[in-house]
Amino acid sequence: MGLIDNINKLFDHRIRLGIMSILVVNEDADFNRLKELLDVTDGNLASHLKALEKEDYIHVEKQFIGRKPNTRYIATKKGKQAFSKHIDALEAIIKKGK
Amino acid sequence: MSEQDYLKDISEIKHLMNRSSRFISLSGLSGILAGIYALVGAAIAYFYLLPEDDFVVLHSWNFKMLVVVLIVVAILSIGTAFLLTTRRAKQQHEKIWDATTRRLLLNFLIPLITGGIYILIKINSQHYGLTASLMLIFYGLALVNASKYTIGNVKYLGYVEIAAGLVCAALPGYGFWFWIFGFGIMHIVYGSIMMLQEKKH
Repeated sequence: MGLIDNINKLFDHRIRLGIMSILVVNEDADFNRLKELLDVTDGNLASHLKALEKEDYIHVEKQFIGRKPNTRYIATKKGKQAFSKHIDALEAIIKKGK
Repeated sequence: MSEQDYLKDISEIKHLMNRSSRFISLSGLSGILAGIYALVGAAIAYFYLLPEDDFVVLHSWNFKMLVVVLIVVAILSIGTAFLLTTRRAKQQHEKIWDATTRRLLLNFLIPLITGGIYILIKINSQHYGLTASLMLIFYGLALVNASKYTIGNVKYLGYVEIAAGLVCAALPGYGFWFWIFGFGIMHIVYGSIMMLQEKKH
């Protein structure tokens, strides 16, 4: 098995990688917080969130704060494991190159 | 993807993790200044306010002035830290008031305010012998609790403050000197270490 096999295709995109980076170190983050940190447009962020949700890497919680709808995103156990495996793979590749 | 891309990924991950979960650290200079304010306050107390027979009478003028000195030291330290940190945040184009800051402040204030109220209750019932020890312990706990949300090694300062507070509790009568050690000297030492680290980067 080559080193490349452990690279997760889903994390091959800057925004999806960014979403997971934020969610593994925070209990949760809402849509606006992610948007602000990643500096992306609404539509763009939403589509990447959907992709991660479909893989069951993140969990979505909708609620109301007053009258405003608020959506919180939380990394699932599966998502955290996949992410740490991906990072290990990145590190292995970089180490090998040195 | 090339190796360069992977390296870039890793640094991007690191950056986002830090920016989303940790507040930029307080500047070392604000630690040094806080220590100096504490030492000046302690000197004023020692030469002008503490009576010679080592006995502070509650509700006396001296006692009220001691409290005033304490409050002035606290306000000056917090004000300095706030000013220097906002200035640095502006230089690094980071926002000072966001979810991370709120969480940091909340986690810092819970032990601190608990301790503050506890000390006030104790003083009101004439138990002020352990005030210095309690201040050190609760301040240390506040630092350790907040350290999860900030870059830097503030938790070690917290451990030292807690240890100093516990030793202080075991040695009654030396509270004043432990207070000087914990709030004066340790702040200067910690601030200097931070400044050296800042220079390196």
